[in-house]
Amino acid sequence: MIEFTIWDILRNLLLATRWTVVLSLVSFVGGGIVGLGLLFLRISKRAWLRSLAKYYIELFQGTPLLMQLFIAFFGLGLFGIDVPAWLAAGLALILWSAAFLGEIWRGCVEAIAKGQWEASASLGMGRLQQMRYVILPQAMKIAVPPTVGFSVQVIKGTALTSIIGFVELSKAGTVVTNATFQPFTVYGLVALIYFALCWPLSKSSQILERKLNVAHRNH
Amino acid sequence: MPLPNRGAPLNYQFEFGWLAEYYPQIVKGIGITIELIAVGAVAGISLGIFCAWVRALGPAWLKPIVALYVELIRNTPFLIQLFFIFFGLPSLGPQLSELQAANIAMVVNLGAYSCEIIRAGIQATPKGQFEAGASLAMTRFETFRHVVLVPSLQRIWPALSSQVVIVMLGSAVVSQIAAEDLTFAANFIQSRTFRAFEAYIVSTAVYLALAVLLRQVLAIVGGLIFPRRAAR
Repeated sequence: MIEFTIWDILRNLLLATRWTVVLSLVSFVGGGIVGLGLLFLRISKRAWLRSLAKYYIELFQGTPLLMQLFIAFFGLGLFGIDVPAWLAAGLALILWSAAFLGEIWRGCVEAIAKGQWEASASLGMGRLQQMRYVILPQAMKIAVPPTVGFSVQVIKGTALTSIIGFVELSKAGTVVTNATFQPFTVYGLVALIYFALCWPLSKSSQILERKLNVAHRNH
Repeated sequence: MPLPNRGAPLNYQFEFGWLAEYYPQIVKGIGITIELIAVGAVAGISLGIFCAWVRALGPAWLKPIVALYVELIRNTPFLIQLFFIFFGLPSLGPQLSELQAANIAMVVNLGAYSCEIIRAGIQATPKGQFEAGASLAMTRFETFRHVVLVPSLQRIWPALSSQVVIVMLGSAVVSQIAAEDLTFAANFIQSRTFRAFEAYIVSTAVYLALAVLLRQVLAIVGGLIFPRRAAR
């Protein structure tokens, strides 16, 4: 039997970590773009657009991410498309992140004082101009800590894509376990790698939030 | 039962006839998912209260241990925690059944998240409350137990409820160690009938209903443990 050193295990896990990182980035950026669209729908003047976005968010926040992955994986196949795992994984994660980011950002936009809307309207700005020049610059500042915090959820969410067969860190952990029969070591290392990815983000989110609170207290 | 028609776009015939034969599996899966979240919520929140007490008021030597536990759990995926407990721990001794491993993983997971939420509630307690407790000759622990705890929980109950719902939805993953929850039932049905899409649509709808129901139950429970109090 081949002997595996800790280094052999770690090297293989780190190679697979690349795909966790790539998928996280794609989901986060894609989710951000769709989430921005959702934000605009959510605060739109038309009631039916608002409730459309609301139901979208309720649906994606009220069902397991794993089910969303399964449905993307098997559902796209119904359209005659041969779905590779990375496509289903990316699509489901983008739609899922969008629901959460849209809702986080809505909270930030609604936290902006009503007077700001009224003042910009009194300057004759249209709705898009108000958002672009007055509301979003202020909302973005308070949105940074929770957005960074959510990126940790995205990284952890990518672990589920191993279940539909996308080979990233978690899948590599399972594969390496099956080869080495050392689940304790392998899953321990996998957990530590996730921790190394997520903890700096969690910590910086906390620090940013503390800074923001201090800035607000001085007002 | 006819096989699904693959190939031509949107030429798919939806077929839910399998429900008649397989609904007992789904009902059993729902039962296990409910059992998991019931045990997970009660034990997980209890663990969270203990850890929050340690972090806010507890002995200094315990604080770093609890902080490490909380940070480790909050920064790793639930799936890996589950695999570590189910596949990794037996090499140290304890042999766990699928359900035991799933229960432990959920308690450990919710314990860490609820610790942070409850701690925020404790730290928002006005200082006068602790002083009032001390002036009645209560020990620090008695003050925590009789004066601080319930209003703290009341303050963060909405956030805690959302976390419980998130953990319930996350429990879909326990099917991966063959704990026979709702997702396991969906996987079983799709492997028997090849009706993957329908099976997952049905179970997703059930999860959505469970999430709505769980929110209601938690709101009612909140109303029962927190009798109406004067506004702060």
